[in-house]
Amino acid sequence: MSRSRFRLVVDPVACDGAGVCAELLPEVISLDPWGFPIVASGDVAPGLVDMARRAVVSCPRLALHLVRVDD
Amino acid sequence: MTAPTGPGRLLDSVGTAEVVRLDAHLARWGAVPDLPVRSLLEAVDQSGLRGHGGAWFPVGAKWRSVAAGRSPIVVANGAEGEPASGKDRLLLHHAPHLVLDGAAVAAKAVGARRVIVHVSDDSVADVTTALAERERRGVDACSFEVVIAPDRFLSGQESAVVNTVNGRNIGIPSFVALRPVREQGIAGRPTLVQNVESLADVALIARYGPQWFRSVGTHDSPGTALITVTGLWESSRIVEVPLGTTLENALGITPGRADTIQAVLLGGYGGGWLPTSTALSLPFTEEAARALGTSIGAGVAVLLPAGVCPLVEVARVARYMEGEGAGQCGPCVNGLDVLASQLELLAHRPHTLSGGLSAFPTLCGLVEGRGACHHPDGVARFVRSALGVFGDHAAVHLQRGPCQTTRPFLPVPSASGVLR
Repeated sequence: MSRSRFRLVVDPVACDGAGVCAELLPEVISLDPWGFPIVASGDVAPGLVDMARRAVVSCPRLALHLVRVDD
Repeated sequence: MTAPTGPGRLLDSVGTAEVVRLDAHLARWGAVPDLPVRSLLEAVDQSGLRGHGGAWFPVGAKWRSVAAGRSPIVVANGAEGEPASGKDRLLLHHAPHLVLDGAAVAAKAVGARRVIVHVSDDSVADVTTALAERERRGVDACSFEVVIAPDRFLSGQESAVVNTVNGRNIGIPSFVALRPVREQGIAGRPTLVQNVESLADVALIARYGPQWFRSVGTHDSPGTALITVTGLWESSRIVEVPLGTTLENALGITPGRADTIQAVLLGGYGGGWLPTSTALSLPFTEEAARALGTSIGAGVAVLLPAGVCPLVEVARVARYMEGEGAGQCGPCVNGLDVLASQLELLAHRPHTLSGGLSAFPTLCGLVEGRGACHHPDGVARFVRSALGVFGDHAAVHLQRGPCQTTRPFLPVPSASGVLR
């Protein structure tokens, strides 16, 4: 049985660059010169999925989405 | 009612009549045959038709996806916000009934009762006149409405079209990556947004079949394309050519004439620059253009004449594109402004560019893939390709200063729409 794979997606319209996501998940999210998140490409490492969920619910603009990747 | 055999399909009767009225349209093409839905979907699939709005997505696949939803809506999209393109306006003026036939076929195929004709202000009279003719004759089973596209670069973008018709965030795209328009668009319904040229092709595919459609063009890009050509004649002109033809052959450009062209911009202001010889000998298809890092977009070719400073042109377009952004995604709002400012320095005050050209690839990388729509990606492609093709010219600017005199060449609207 294969484990589900997940990716983080930023809704750039909703995002206002609060930066909470980069603080909670620096392994995956960095900030550009203007404070907007840059998400590392590829799936979220399985060990970081719980933390990614926390980042999603912590975003003050609800601009971060954890999306299941279909095989 | 013979099928056209030459490359002139959509513009078949140009020259015989400026505007093809309904009587002349029916005399030339006959009525659309009343095919069952399954046959229509199969015909469009087999035709290999791809969307001519700029994305070149397979039309059949898009229709099937929309048809799978409940009560879909069809949009015939002729917004054409790209300043270097005029083919949709020409088509709607010259052969509105081909477009409307195609929209009616699309509505039938996907199970839509409602068709929105979304066009720029310039085309409203052409469309309303044509719709009145059809109404009098009782041609259509679906209902048509005309919605005016705001005069903005992004107004034809799929999610922007949905917003305009819905009446909120008019002309502004949405973040639709997680919920595409073909699933949830106008009034929350599955929505098919199809370029008017693609629909005109559909009108002929419904009449003459997919094999006829494939008799010109390439295997992956069958049929013809309307191309807006700027820089070859006194004013821009629209030509219809079989996809896969080289511009050299399609436009009859001699080697002597080619020598007077500095470079070629394909795909408009979200497309990319190519060296003249490469562009003129390239088979004109989206896949050939993409292999070289550019796009044919909505069928745009701009031939930049000698004697024009390309860096001034690139800066003008970059600033225009910055102003035409929707203003809602941080990386695009910030990044395009910096990019345009740096390009203005390179064009006019190159000695003040401390890091030379090194900042440009980084800046492009900071905007690519980070918008709700592809606006920043297009600008980045335009700028990256420009620095590749005009690298020598940029080096001259950095060493010796800007060009002394130059006249503006690329069409850039001076003031954009009021919906800023």
